[in-house]
Amino acid sequence: MSHGPAKGIGRWLFTTNHKDIGTLYLWFSFSMFFIGGFFALVIRAELFEPGLQIVEPEFFNQMTTLHGLIMVFGAVMPAFVGLANWMIPIMIGAPDMALPRMNNWSFWILPFAFAILLSTLFMEGGGPNFGWTFYAPLSTTYAPPSVTFFIFAIHIMGASSIMGAINIIATILNMRAPGMTLMKMPLFVWTWLITAYLLIAVMPVLAAVVTMMLMDIHFGTSFFDAAGGGDPVLFQHVFWFFGHPEVYIMILPAFGIISAIIPTFARKPLFGYASMVYATASIALLSFIVWAHHMFTVGIPLVGELFFMYATMLIAVPTGVKVFNWVTTMFRGSLTFETPMLFAVAFVILFTIGGFSGLMLAIAPADFQYHDTYFVVAHFHYVLVPGAIFSITAGVYYWLPKWTGHMYNELMGKTHFWLAFIGLNLTFFPMHFVGLAGMPRRIPDYALQFADFNMISSCGAFLFGAAQVVFLFNVVRTIFSKSKASAEVWEKPTGLEWQLPSPAPYHTFTKPPVIQ
Amino acid sequence: MDTRTKILLLKINTSVVASFVFAFFVLPPLYDVFCDITGLNGKTAGRYTVEDDRFNQIEDARNIHVQFIANNNESMPWIFKPRDFQVETIVGKSKTVFYFAQNPTLNDMVGQAIPSISPAEAARYFHKTECFCFNNQPLIAGESADLALQFIVDPDLPKHIKTITLSYTMFDITPEKRTQLTYNSN
Amino acid sequence: MLHIGPNNPAKAFHAFYLGIAVSTLCFTQNAFSSSLNMTEGVTSVSKEIYSLHMNIFWWCVAIGVVVFGVMFYTMIAHRKEHGAKASNFHESTFLEVLWTLIPFVILIAMAVPATSSLVKIYDTEEADIDILITGYQWKWKYEYLGEDLSFFSNLSTPNNEIYNRLEKNPNYLLEVDNPLVIPTGKKVRFLLTSNDVIHSWWIPDFAVKKDAIPGFINEAWTIVDAPGIFRGQCAELCGKNHGFMPIVVEVKPENEFNQWLSEQKAVAAKLEELNSTTFTFEDLVTRGEQVYLNNCAACHQANGKGVPGAFPSIAGSKIATGALSDHLNIVIFGSQKNPAMQAFGAQLSEADLAAVITYQRNAFGNNMGDSVQPKEILAFKQNNK
Repeated sequence: MSHGPAKGIGRWLFTTNHKDIGTLYLWFSFSMFFIGGFFALVIRAELFEPGLQIVEPEFFNQMTTLHGLIMVFGAVMPAFVGLANWMIPIMIGAPDMALPRMNNWSFWILPFAFAILLSTLFMEGGGPNFGWTFYAPLSTTYAPPSVTFFIFAIHIMGASSIMGAINIIATILNMRAPGMTLMKMPLFVWTWLITAYLLIAVMPVLAAVVTMMLMDIHFGTSFFDAAGGGDPVLFQHVFWFFGHPEVYIMILPAFGIISAIIPTFARKPLFGYASMVYATASIALLSFIVWAHHMFTVGIPLVGELFFMYATMLIAVPTGVKVFNWVTTMFRGSLTFETPMLFAVAFVILFTIGGFSGLMLAIAPADFQYHDTYFVVAHFHYVLVPGAIFSITAGVYYWLPKWTGHMYNELMGKTHFWLAFIGLNLTFFPMHFVGLAGMPRRIPDYALQFADFNMISSCGAFLFGAAQVVFLFNVVRTIFSKSKASAEVWEKPTGLEWQLPSPAPYHTFTKPPVIQ
Repeated sequence: MDTRTKILLLKINTSVVASFVFAFFVLPPLYDVFCDITGLNGKTAGRYTVEDDRFNQIEDARNIHVQFIANNNESMPWIFKPRDFQVETIVGKSKTVFYFAQNPTLNDMVGQAIPSISPAEAARYFHKTECFCFNNQPLIAGESADLALQFIVDPDLPKHIKTITLSYTMFDITPEKRTQLTYNSN
Repeated sequence: MLHIGPNNPAKAFHAFYLGIAVSTLCFTQNAFSSSLNMTEGVTSVSKEIYSLHMNIFWWCVAIGVVVFGVMFYTMIAHRKEHGAKASNFHESTFLEVLWTLIPFVILIAMAVPATSSLVKIYDTEEADIDILITGYQWKWKYEYLGEDLSFFSNLSTPNNEIYNRLEKNPNYLLEVDNPLVIPTGKKVRFLLTSNDVIHSWWIPDFAVKKDAIPGFINEAWTIVDAPGIFRGQCAELCGKNHGFMPIVVEVKPENEFNQWLSEQKAVAAKLEELNSTTFTFEDLVTRGEQVYLNNCAACHQANGKGVPGAFPSIAGSKIATGALSDHLNIVIFGSQKNPAMQAFGAQLSEADLAAVITYQRNAFGNNMGDSVQPKEILAFKQNNK
């Protein structure tokens, strides 16, 4: 059984090896990250100063829509699935994923989905221009003709996510090495197990809502059309019933990565392992009963507003537990700040700031002022960029020596970190101010009082973009580097992955490891 | 593939299908029921049948203002307006009002009026016993009509509500009517 | 190990957050400056929301100071390079219960005032004035219910400012042709709906933001005590010109409001009358010149020659000297090819449309000699929608 990889392109097309597929996912996500980032820079360039300079409003809306869709479905989710593919079998002492052929399939339909999505930009009437939340009727009756392709692309992405989730659940539940009990699993495995269940629960809802759109557009139904007895607000309920768990899908695996990195560089075990597991599970459960906090201004009865406000506020409790546990893990440790740790520490701080603005947004009356302003944009970028993106970056630096067998360049890693950290804060911190001052989101041009902060944001965005080029360069350089990484890489890290040599052999744990 | 994995796959696939079926086939009707019960979105229920002497003895005969609004949805060229903007009525008593509609174009058209009530909380206490919105409205070129609405405000209406606004949005459903002859409205 | 820049990451973090702290301080110092913080607004509801916002903000700052304080302390004190030895504790039921309960208590402290504000906002007491607000792609329509008065409110910022050909005025993108006018001290109820997609009507100073949904009706209310002009924008993505449909509300003392109302009704009645009048050719041209100067000259210029490369000339143009129906089409429904040429059909009255089209066909050296009447405009609109 223990042969090496096949030669040539066939290795990648037909591979069923979890490490190959993990690598494919990660490179795919990296390229989508650059495309989505390029769209973000188009947006920021247009918003550099008041007036219309670079793009027309119609195209601007396509940029905001595609930036959101690509970052969510193309960059963040595949990156987490890539990390899951690489690390979960190793972390639980399994030889591979449970369903290797489906694994291949679930990756290879993704490039098609995004090729379709991106090709809409060149279609008559342009690409999707209704925001990544695609509210009806703007996305149905008033959509450009390319919306059908958008729906098709979403269906494929959903199918890919569901297959990925099935595989992860089957792997975690059935493939653990003897002695690897559930409560011994690394938190990354735990958070991914819970995430996979969330995916199973809500991706079909996304599929359903785009199917309803398709029916309304082409088959004369009236799910979202008041004229036929439907209701545009139904769209928002169904969408956010998917959408809120979806935002946790993009953050729970991040919790797992951070929970692996902080103990390593604090040289101290994770504080409160069990409460971390329970907190993750409660966040996942709560995510199903808070969806209408995205809709406080659509006109929900008082009782409904109160319910969703209270439920949303409750999320702060388990999230707080996590942050307190990470800080306590660092407390009285023996800290060093290599690149993965820098990203992890920044994650904890900035994610907490995003959590604060989330708590503010949960307060329904205050949300009447915040809703659909740049304050919301600042909030979700503070949880997604330092949350999802920083945790993925931290994970890449942390495990890259294990994957490639080479050590990355620490100086370049730190340069990347500081550029990204400063760029990120310059970009998104001022958005709090313009949002509070009244700037609506998704506008290509703005009133003069917002000009200064927008200019700062735009400069920050380009700095952040430049930082990622450093990242790409560092990763490529590491792959071709000659500096050998040791099997442990870091100082006494815990986890089965560090018992393997670096680079990890093509086939690992064909005989289950012994778990103490 | 071992049996354990097969059973697990079966379970997961069933839940994927169940989740889709739930979202596609159950959520929308469930939402409608929910709207009917709570008046969410100001949606009103269909035709109301007065049960025997339900409204015969009213202890607290309050006056309620009922306002009427008419909107045309995009591209609906009809003239559509309430005969009276506001009427005063007593809870539990039946009242009839009229909307005026005229098709000023040179084509025969079909319209469908969609009701909505504000405050939404009042929706479940506003009973329509007769309404032009139960059917669609065909008007030939140039034709005009008085459209009747008969309603009762439920005596159980929360005391703090003193004004109810009923809005009708008139949609042009002429294209649909050409292909689809039976149309189920609420 | 190599370090870049500030060679102590914790110190660099520190410096960064000192920066954030200073700006936070400025932020609270300038709490009244609307460019950094939420506006306090001018209504009791907006003031209540503002204090709720500041209240939660300070709670967050307090929690942040504690959490980040501990974190920075440990990042400085427990560094390996300074000889810190790692301890091995990794559990404490007491601590974990404690930091589950404390946030819970804080949340209750936040929820209480939030609930009372929300109840207040949901008040359904009788209003003095009811205004129906309808969102259109991309303008607002205001209808004073029971008063027989309604009008559209469009962005009035000229395209030349948007495309950077003219200097931007202070109310850039926040100015309209016809503002909504309401009286002071009266409870005004807004009923909201939409004609096409979902819009959202928002005036920060009133803390009123409500979605306008096609086919359904929503409501919100406000009482403004002092006169003034208040500006807001559409707050729900509604298509191409979502960023170009501002809201302006002018609050006037009651007597001035009543005077304004009767004037507007008189103007509307006169307009109605004009729309059914048959004009002489001379009257149309005279009226048309005025309409042209107010609505068309900004782009096509007062001499009708346009701006080469940007705005086409009307003098001798194919449309103004071609078939009347093409001319009606482009003025009423806008240009398919050039988005700068808007549809004027809903913005101008039939009388004004008839006048300006007649004028264009018979001015700047164009000499078509034909004319069009308001009634014909109406018929054209109805048959070509």
